[in-house]
Amino acid sequence: MPDYRNIKVVVNGVEHELDVETRTSLGDFLRQEIELTGTHLGCEHGVCGACTVLLDGEAVRSCLMLAVQANGHEITTVEGLAEEDGSLHPLQEAFWKHHGLQCGFCTPGMLTSLTAYLGENPEPNERDIREAISGNICRCTGYQSIVDAALDAAKKMRGE
Amino acid sequence: MGVRYIGAEVQRMEDPRLITGHGRYVDDIVFGDMLHAAFLRSSQAHAKIRSIDTSKASALSGVKKVFTLADLGPNYERRMNQLYPAPVIEQNKTQYPLAKDEVCYVGEAIAVVVADSRAIAEDALALIVVDYETLQAVIDVRTALEDGAQLAHSDATSNLMGKMRSKFGDIEDAFSKADHVFSAGFMQHRGGCHSMETRGVIARDDPWGDGLTLWTSAQSAYLIRRALANWLGEPEERVRVIAPDVGGGFGPKAGFYPEEIVIPLVARIMECPVKWIEDRQEHFISTTTQRDQYWNLEVACKSDGKILGLKGKVTHENGAYIPYGILLPNSSLTPLPGAYSIPAIDVGLDIVFTNTVPNSPVRGAGRPCGIYAVERMVQLVSRRLGIDPAVVRRRNFVRPEQMPYETGAKLRGGDPVIYDSGDYEALLDKALELSDYDSFKVRQSEARKEGRYLGIGISSCIEDTGMGPYEGTTVRVEASGKIVVKTGAASQGQGHHTMISMIVAENLGVTPEDIIFESADTGKFPHGIGAIGSRIAANVAPSAFDAASKVRAKALKLAAEILETAEADLDIEAGIVRVNGAPDVSISLGELAIKLTPPSSTRVPIGFDPILEATSFDGSSGSPIASGTNVAEVEVDTGTGEVKILRYSVAHDCGVMINPMIVHGQIVGGVVHGIGNALFERMIYDDQGQPLTMNYGEYLLPLASEMPRIDVTHIETPSPLNSLGVKGAGEGGTIPAAAAIIAAIENALEEFSVEVDYYPVDPQYLTSLIEAGVTG
Ligand code: FES
Ligand code: FES
Repeated sequence: MPDYRNIKVVVNGVEHELDVETRTSLGDFLRQEIELTGTHLGCEHGVCGACTVLLDGEAVRSCLMLAVQANGHEITTVEGLAEEDGSLHPLQEAFWKHHGLQCGFCTPGMLTSLTAYLGENPEPNERDIREAISGNICRCTGYQSIVDAALDAAKKMRGE
Repeated sequence: MGVRYIGAEVQRMEDPRLITGHGRYVDDIVFGDMLHAAFLRSSQAHAKIRSIDTSKASALSGVKKVFTLADLGPNYERRMNQLYPAPVIEQNKTQYPLAKDEVCYVGEAIAVVVADSRAIAEDALALIVVDYETLQAVIDVRTALEDGAQLAHSDATSNLMGKMRSKFGDIEDAFSKADHVFSAGFMQHRGGCHSMETRGVIARDDPWGDGLTLWTSAQSAYLIRRALANWLGEPEERVRVIAPDVGGGFGPKAGFYPEEIVIPLVARIMECPVKWIEDRQEHFISTTTQRDQYWNLEVACKSDGKILGLKGKVTHENGAYIPYGILLPNSSLTPLPGAYSIPAIDVGLDIVFTNTVPNSPVRGAGRPCGIYAVERMVQLVSRRLGIDPAVVRRRNFVRPEQMPYETGAKLRGGDPVIYDSGDYEALLDKALELSDYDSFKVRQSEARKEGRYLGIGISSCIEDTGMGPYEGTTVRVEASGKIVVKTGAASQGQGHHTMISMIVAENLGVTPEDIIFESADTGKFPHGIGAIGSRIAANVAPSAFDAASKVRAKALKLAAEILETAEADLDIEAGIVRVNGAPDVSISLGELAIKLTPPSSTRVPIGFDPILEATSFDGSSGSPIASGTNVAEVEVDTGTGEVKILRYSVAHDCGVMINPMIVHGQIVGGVVHGIGNALFERMIYDDQGQPLTMNYGEYLLPLASEMPRIDVTHIETPSPLNSLGVKGAGEGGTIPAAAAIIAAIENALEEFSVEVDYYPVDPQYLTSLIEAGVTG
């Protein structure tokens, strides 16, 4: 018999309280219950990073976590990166400017992973960025434009 | 003329949606009454099915129905049709949408569960009992054609699907005049699709309304519409196929899959929309791949390295069924003789069935294999004769003054392969310059003093792009002044929306933001082929240019009448037609559109058809041939066999670049795919046909941390085959990459006499070659 638990989470600043099946992954929960489909599931085994979201500001793989584990936590998805007035996050701007995406499927995970990374490492070099996204697979871009975008965004975020 | 967009690095129109999480991929589409499907797939590589018991699964709460082939209905116990029939196909093996009584690869769909949720559908899969009678699996193509070999299909006469041959020139003469003949054998393996979005299908049937609608993560919506309508025996007009945002395609999404029959049929039977999203494990075993080719070649040359002829044999692994005709093996042979003028070629190819997932093209199709083979032999000549590989290339290139150059090879339809334009030596020069080739020896010997092994490798290629026969665009100005642009061309990330909008905007005097772009929806544009073989720029772009030109001409003609001036005195800027020198005298495109769609009991201006619109199918009159040279510089750790790419330089020519930023992205992404082929990606089966690489810990994709920065430079030799001078750019990075890297590895390990005879080159294999060299 399916087992349900009541959970409370804040997603992109909005509080949700609902019953979820205990086996539901955080990724499925965000996509299906909260109807935020920006978070993508690429592998569902923790390798591709497409499903990355921020849990209390830290990058986590939403395919490897259960929704019930997020109870009481704050989650930011790609939909929550831009300002409320719609102005883009410097990483989003930079991805756009540097052609940091092609099909866009890996992009939400790249953006969330890098948001967390740049938050802690404001002055990365190219090698640092490559290591930082080594757990995010992109089949389209060859990574170079993503690296360029991240370096540029880091600069902007430092106010340079 | 208004603002110039062609040639500008315009930021993509697609991106604002995608970077904010508002893309619309198949799995993002939801209908209220939708059910979810999961497939039971064969766990056996080759077996007879004695029985399938679905009773327990059907009884599970939340399961709506479980279908085997028989449950789809009596009319549907048929194999799928061959999409690309060809005389070469001696045994036409296509699969049933759900297996009937025999399964021929691990992953072949046997049954489908439809349930309230995907999770419940998956629970039910575990309750289905299949009674198999295991048969011997055929896995190794090298022995599959021997007398008495096991058969991959129990009703086949042999494992041979068919034979092909590319033969031209006087091969005996070439070999008899040779100063040297060198031979080499090597295996090439190109892995799977691994788009980050897996496949997925939603079907909804509305027999009294819209008919059957399919949302599918695919490259060729029209091919799917035709194949499905055909198989069902229903009119194409009643089947609508939509490819929404697609998260990468790379070839394997260009076909027509069993799920694209089964999901529509079960949606029809259940009378509600049904969704199926492939999971990653299914992707490994049910999405087509491009696996092994064994090549054995001999090259005849003069002492100065001039190549006279090339002959040999290829054994091509087909997998269990033929989903896609002979496009893949055929495109392996047609690129011979590569960028070189080789007067005689005779290479045969056997296509062999195995009990593995069916094969289809992956980025570049057979071209990377054909080019690798040629480049390998050029490398061999250079090495054996002790002539610099750049020099051997110079002595053999097709030269600009030979263009258009007929190689002697034939395309699938029998037309000759003709190189339309290009300057291959100029590309080599640029790549050598970019890579500091001349000073490499210094870098190498410096490194050697520190005990490090550096190597450099060159690879040159041609790529037949833009295959026909057509693709089209409609451009229409609507009353609001917005421009509606529709085309059949699907996009999987290549930026077609931006590229086509740029062309229309430039020609029509509007901005790309004024354009409403619709594509890859058979309900919105009558016909198209799809995004395969780097064909969109070379086919859609000229049609968009032409359609926009026609709309422009019509607008100017009408505006000239209304403004009482000569057409030659008019120009369009920001959507307004103005009289040169009298900018206040003007009329907007929107107003002209209204004049051409007047209300009832008024008149369409005399001499005009209604609607400010035009459609064009103007494309390329042949295949524009793109070209390039790549140079890889690597360091090999002789202890661990690890290969590090230190530098990677590309000189590429895809004719006129519409948006250089997008071209750059295609090239870099393509190179990295090629690096994956050379060093990482391998789909391994054991001798029973069980797949051993089923996740991204076992099947390695290129990661950011291992990839080098890739330096790219271009020359633009306009193609004479279309109005814009463009050539395709989608695969030109991938095609030459493996040959450059492997030549660099061999160069680094020259003192160990290492000769690589298969790729991907994994560390274990490389250390074994090094050890053999040490003891050797
Ligand atoms: S979907 Fe979570 S890491 Fe791939
Ligand atoms: S943009 Fe397609 S996977 Fe990264």
